[in-house]
Amino acid sequence: MTGKDAIIDRYQDLITTYIKGKSETALYKGQQFSRKLIEQQISPEDVISLHIQVMHDLFPDMDEDMRDSFDFLLEVMIGYGFAYREHQSLRDKQQQLESEIEVAASMQQTLLLSDVPEVDCLDIGVISVPAKKMNGDYFNFVKDGNALSVAVADIIGKGIPAALCMSMIKYAMDSLPQQQQKPHLLLENLNHVVEQNVHPNMFITMLHGLYNPDNHTFSYAGAGHEPGFIYRASEDRFEDMIAKGIVLGVSRTATYQPYEKAIEIGDMIILLSDGVTECRTSKGFIERDEIVALIRKHMDRPAQELVQSVFEELEKLQEFELRDDFTLIVLKRVV
Amino acid sequence: MDIQSCVEVRNEWDIVSARQLGRNMAKELGFGNVDQARITTAISELARNIYLYAGNGKICIQPIDQLGKKGLKIIALDSGPGIRDIRRVMEDGYTTSGGLGAGLPGVKRLMDEFSIESTVDVGTEINATKWLR
Repeated sequence: MTGKDAIIDRYQDLITTYIKGKSETALYKGQQFSRKLIEQQISPEDVISLHIQVMHDLFPDMDEDMRDSFDFLLEVMIGYGFAYREHQSLRDKQQQLESEIEVAASMQQTLLLSDVPEVDCLDIGVISVPAKKMNGDYFNFVKDGNALSVAVADIIGKGIPAALCMSMIKYAMDSLPQQQQKPHLLLENLNHVVEQNVHPNMFITMLHGLYNPDNHTFSYAGAGHEPGFIYRASEDRFEDMIAKGIVLGVSRTATYQPYEKAIEIGDMIILLSDGVTECRTSKGFIERDEIVALIRKHMDRPAQELVQSVFEELEKLQEFELRDDFTLIVLKRVV
Repeated sequence: MDIQSCVEVRNEWDIVSARQLGRNMAKELGFGNVDQARITTAISELARNIYLYAGNGKICIQPIDQLGKKGLKIIALDSGPGIRDIRRVMEDGYTTSGGLGAGLPGVKRLMDEFSIESTVDVGTEINATKWLR
């Protein structure tokens, strides 16, 4: 018995049972049967044809007009079969695309992965979580002799275009190593690269900083990036880390202002992306004050645990639905 | 055995004639109800394309017998503007006529074999075969 014959027999059984008893059980079985048909990718017109065949067998004396009406129905259902197959083919294509994105995302992870370096005087914590499959936030640490350079960037935009753009930024940064010593010059150079290579409706914000362990200063410059915070242990106070500068890629002649802060023992440098401050809860956007309160709540713990806990709390507040890529970096001076 | 019967397609009524021709031959060859309807739908789509985009052309139906393997072949010929990007029209979702919403990829799926040749400003030839099982 072929598969097709088996289906015909089964359908005949089911429909005979239903016609005799008109029971809900028989209808339920019909529903289960349809699931099986869908699994086997049997299209709507085949189901009609199956029905016609079974009806012919069950009622050989069927009225001829009735018989003809089935043929008409079959013709009408061909269009649904058409649409059904197109749908299946598009679904296959979608699955294929998704798995390609999966591969691209893991490639991106590998490409952009930045090891968190060991620096004697600093306790460093980092978390970066994409809202979708690919991350449009980027952070990078480079240890240059004694100094530690750190960058956080955010592409205005999300998803694959943002991620592709980020990969370009990484390579642009890698090819400008001599600039790492001067954050504002590095931004100027990157601005050229972005302005020339990135689509005009895509912008990048970045904060770049350099920690000098010899005199414990943090020099930095910003290109339209969400301001970070500096925690002053002696005053037990958070101050905004203002850095004026236009986002990368807008103006060819943009220049950036250098800033420098002295960092004392116990002080913290907190860098973030706007995914942190634009967390949206049922009550609206989270205020910077609330972020500060969250950091304060966990700041006695090691830096990595700190960023992890802040992320977990914000994730919970947003009911586990990230709307934007999230990056939070804490540098805590320990000695 | 290559007796071809053809229908010129110039207006919408010719689509019906082409369908009728295909259905008669499909019935004669012993195709079942569903396959008859599929073949006819494929003819409809091809004839409609000729009517809408080429202005005129013809649909030919040919019974085939290859070493005892029987089938039916639809040939759609036109001398219209041709198709510039065949790959694109063979993509799902590229709806042209809005008819059944599946256009040429749909025709390809309704039939067992499908081939298309088109030259811009010269015309298009589509061959589609359904085998009798």
